[in-house]
Amino acid sequence: MSFYDILREQAGSRWSELSSGVPAAAVEKAVLAEDPSPGQFAALLSAGAEAHLETMAIRAQALTLKHFGRTIQLYTPLYISNYCDNECVYCGFNVANIIDRKRLSPAEVEKEAAFLASTGLRHVLVLTGESREMSPVSYIAECVRVLRGYFSSISIEVYPLAKEEYSALIKEGVDGLTIYQEVYDEALYARLHGRGPKSDYRFRLDAPERGARAGMRSVNIGSLFGLDDWRKEVFLTGLHARYLQNRFPDVDIGAAIPRMRPHEGLFTGAVTVTDTNIVQAILALRIFLPRLSLSVSTRERSSLRDNLVPLGITRMSAGSMTCVGGHTAAGGAGAPQFEISDERSVADIMAMLKEKGYQPVLKDWMRI
Amino acid sequence: MTDTLEIGGRKIVNRLFIGTGKFASYPVMRRALEESRAEVVTVALRRVDSSSGTENILDYVPKGCIVMPNTSGARNADEAVRIARLARASGSTEWIKIEVIQDNKYLLPDNLETVKATEILAKEGFVVLPYMSPDLSMARRLVDAGAAAVMPLGSPIGSNRGVKTRELIEILVREIKIPVIVDAGLGAPSDACECMQFGCSAVLVNTAIAIAEDPAGMAKAFSDAVAAGRLAYRSGLPSAGTGASASSPLTGFLHEDSHRQ
Repeated sequence: MSFYDILREQAGSRWSELSSGVPAAAVEKAVLAEDPSPGQFAALLSAGAEAHLETMAIRAQALTLKHFGRTIQLYTPLYISNYCDNECVYCGFNVANIIDRKRLSPAEVEKEAAFLASTGLRHVLVLTGESREMSPVSYIAECVRVLRGYFSSISIEVYPLAKEEYSALIKEGVDGLTIYQEVYDEALYARLHGRGPKSDYRFRLDAPERGARAGMRSVNIGSLFGLDDWRKEVFLTGLHARYLQNRFPDVDIGAAIPRMRPHEGLFTGAVTVTDTNIVQAILALRIFLPRLSLSVSTRERSSLRDNLVPLGITRMSAGSMTCVGGHTAAGGAGAPQFEISDERSVADIMAMLKEKGYQPVLKDWMRI
Repeated sequence: MTDTLEIGGRKIVNRLFIGTGKFASYPVMRRALEESRAEVVTVALRRVDSSSGTENILDYVPKGCIVMPNTSGARNADEAVRIARLARASGSTEWIKIEVIQDNKYLLPDNLETVKATEILAKEGFVVLPYMSPDLSMARRLVDAGAAAVMPLGSPIGSNRGVKTRELIEILVREIKIPVIVDAGLGAPSDACECMQFGCSAVLVNTAIAIAEDPAGMAKAFSDAVAAGRLAYRSGLPSAGTGASASSPLTGFLHEDSHRQ
């Protein structure tokens, strides 16, 4: 059994319903449902539910307060290598793009870590491009050993690994896994990932399960907004998250709603996703899965991020740079994966949260 | 004589224990602790950052409070034990609230692993207060394992549903000879009062205080409700079922008759 089986059952269903008529009464019932069904989740994502965003927001806020309190966890991404063997048309690290390629040495990782840790952040997300040759698991492990001295929680966002490889990194001190499917639609996925190891849809789809089975404490999934109909993609993200929650009750399952940003290369996305759409996606996910961790990154501009705080998100990145070695420019920084929109410092983000009556949580785990 | 609760050699007057998660800020939390005059607070070790340069939650706990670290995040006995040892190594008290949770959806505790952790830590000299699902057999095992109190849940953490498990907790109150402290799920001061009225030794509240519009006001309300419930219990609340006796025994005449004979 894998989420793939559930995906196949869903193939071809509900999509037309999502964009057309769902009776207002069905949406209203879904908003207040104690344990919404997938059908009710679809109703919350439907075009018709856009007229109910305010009531959805009230419900989502109450649920988030109950389960997470007035707190937002902060983390920061750390790009250690941008070498990549893939040709994802929407990504700046695309192997076909002629950009500065860089991989940090452990000493350079330490410099970046010292800088990031000096801001007070204790949760770090380590990112690489997808190149087993240039950033093998042994290299990631080496970097993790350096980072252990600076951070109390280390997550990875790297190419999909085998379960044993996840286990090996957990032993080194990794406790969280982020891996986005990018797009759940298998045919579109094949078109967007024509060459390279990433073309293996199923190996990527099952990665969150392998990570959970290996003992990750938290697993984050998501799809890249702008590649396909967002309603369908969020619906499948929600089903995936629910599947993981049910199957791995001791793992903290999270989701993100990354929206496509400008990057190196020409692809600008097939589908426009508006701020209203982002808000509806967050509210629907929160009501469907009250305990789901929800992150929003610096891909979004500061004003939108600020407004999303009380609506259901639980995690934000801060002080981000998407280029390798960007904080200390040790030996020159590599090209960025995408352009960030919120360039505020960690201190500024913390001040904003406090201003809004939210406690920035910098540390929420430790190696034990 | 002051009515005190004795745990781990400490005498506690205020029977409202407070959890420190979910507050909008540390200063807001401190005001709530001060306003309620709470004497026991629980802090998740996972949230404590003693490294220099950042705010430390412990600096916002009023002096004199007993800080009871908890093992939030532990998924099994082994992790709970390791977190407890880290807590002790970081210089806090010997008190530890054990939370072993393998279920992130309802945050219901794993009683079996909790018993294992309690046994190990009590032997190591910790004052162990285990969070548990109210179950008499498990509570007895916790007593045998050396727990200083048992902390059954009123309803799932953060649910604010009140004392849904009352029947089961009442059994613990009757049968278990160590303090029974209701932890989790209490949504309103009246819920806390109810627990005290039927004989619980204390209650622990977090969410209902932390996410109230005025946490300090709500903390005081809970504190007063706990005191009122306790006084009602000690004063022989008829429905409490324990400690109550009619001022003139209703069947006293039978004994009078026997005397006459």
